[in-house]
Amino acid sequence: MKLSLRIWRQPDADTKGQMVPYEIEGVSEDASFLEMLDVLNEHLIAEGKDPVAFDHDCREGICGACSLVIDGQPHGPQAATTTCQLHMRRYKDGDSIDIEPWRAGAFPVIKDLVVDRSAFDRIIQAGGYISAPTGTAPEAHSVPIPKQDADAAFNAAACIGCGACVAACPNGSGMLFMGAKVSHLSLMPQGQPERRTRVLGMVAEHDASGFGGCTNQGECAAACPKEIGLDVIGKLNRDFRKAAVRAA
Amino acid sequence: MSTDLQSRTAAPKAARPAPWKPWRSNIGLKIAMAVSGVLMVLFIIAHMAGNLHVFEGREEMNAYAAGLRSFGAPLLPHESLLWVMRIGLVASIAVHIGALIALSRRAHHARPVRYAHRHKAKGESPNAYGIMRFGGIVIFLFVIWHLLDLTWRTVNPVKDAHDAYGAVMATFDPDRWPVTVFYLLALTALGLHLRHGIWSAVQTIAGPNTKWRKRTQAIALAVAVLIVAGFAIVPLAVTFGVVS
Repeated sequence: MKLSLRIWRQPDADTKGQMVPYEIEGVSEDASFLEMLDVLNEHLIAEGKDPVAFDHDCREGICGACSLVIDGQPHGPQAATTTCQLHMRRYKDGDSIDIEPWRAGAFPVIKDLVVDRSAFDRIIQAGGYISAPTGTAPEAHSVPIPKQDADAAFNAAACIGCGACVAACPNGSGMLFMGAKVSHLSLMPQGQPERRTRVLGMVAEHDASGFGGCTNQGECAAACPKEIGLDVIGKLNRDFRKAAVRAA
Repeated sequence: MSTDLQSRTAAPKAARPAPWKPWRSNIGLKIAMAVSGVLMVLFIIAHMAGNLHVFEGREEMNAYAAGLRSFGAPLLPHESLLWVMRIGLVASIAVHIGALIALSRRAHHARPVRYAHRHKAKGESPNAYGIMRFGGIVIFLFVIWHLLDLTWRTVNPVKDAHDAYGAVMATFDPDRWPVTVFYLLALTALGLHLRHGIWSAVQTIAGPNTKWRKRTQAIALAVAVLIVAGFAIVPLAVTFGVVS
């Protein structure tokens, strides 16, 4: 199929970028979205031009490296799908597609479609972990966890930290990401000792990194490729309120 | 074809307030906004219920207005209930708008560049961002008009402070139909504001699970409809001559 693309091109962080049009022919409907960009880049390299920079790693929908706002939607039009799992059979011959990077103050553009998501790493470093002695894994049944809690924690742990929630949010908020991490750990017995310092530390780092607040509009949950719901933001709010009252 | 957009090139140097105070965080400000909003909703429900005295006639309506002033007499001083209301409302509005300004500024820095391709909102509360901010401005302007009209009577033909009934009749007189239209417009903005605001406040303060979040959304819609209907019935009844 033949496609008209408009792709955000920006040589580096300090140079102004713009949307640049490209025409691409002979795209297989079996190709993934990223493979379509690979083909485009092969053409660009053959023409001696600079290929389009974009993030990708596992291409299996589990690593969280791929990004891309496709026609105004993070990870494209298909629900519960990362960009790497989006296939060109979603499109038809003659379609035009706009491709932009994640837009957020906390995620500055490095080049073209690649943004710096290290703000998420800083939030994790500020509390998104448990301190546990290393060694062999304990017997799984030694710490019983109710099935309901285990399921809820697992659903929250499905977050791959891609940042689609921030890209979709009109406030550039990282609350869904933070809520997923806080929910995941605070539902487990192993997460209890650091529960209060975790939420306070993560929220402080979130705000200091320049993410915005939550308006409860829900764009984040609609964009999340792992279908993490707004209940994790409720849990984050609740944990934060309790921890802040205790700290005061 | 190109769009003239500039990406921000570095993370904003957001000075972390030292010492960091939880209530100054985004969530802390949202809780302040939610609590002040809930207080105003409670006032609005009482105000709406009180307005319905207009259907009992001039004497009952004015007796209700006088009763508000003399509430608690002779134990409490004159207008003590009203002063508690006034101080509470002014404080709530100050907190609500203060938090709004701080959060809006942060949101503006957090999302400095718009997408070239705008897609329709598809969240649970679509367009909440615009409804809350712009609807809020409409409500704020209306409150100023409302005070000038029915509290201070600056723009109302009935100057007698004890004739609340007469003032309502005069302001919604069919000849002054633009006032009624503005009133109904502001009510629409209020209804949309509350439909999102009520469940959003519960989400911020209590953090319900998915089942209760859906229930809260339904309750918020019901309360918003009830408030809008309860307020709208008065100007409509006066303008169309049901009450005169």
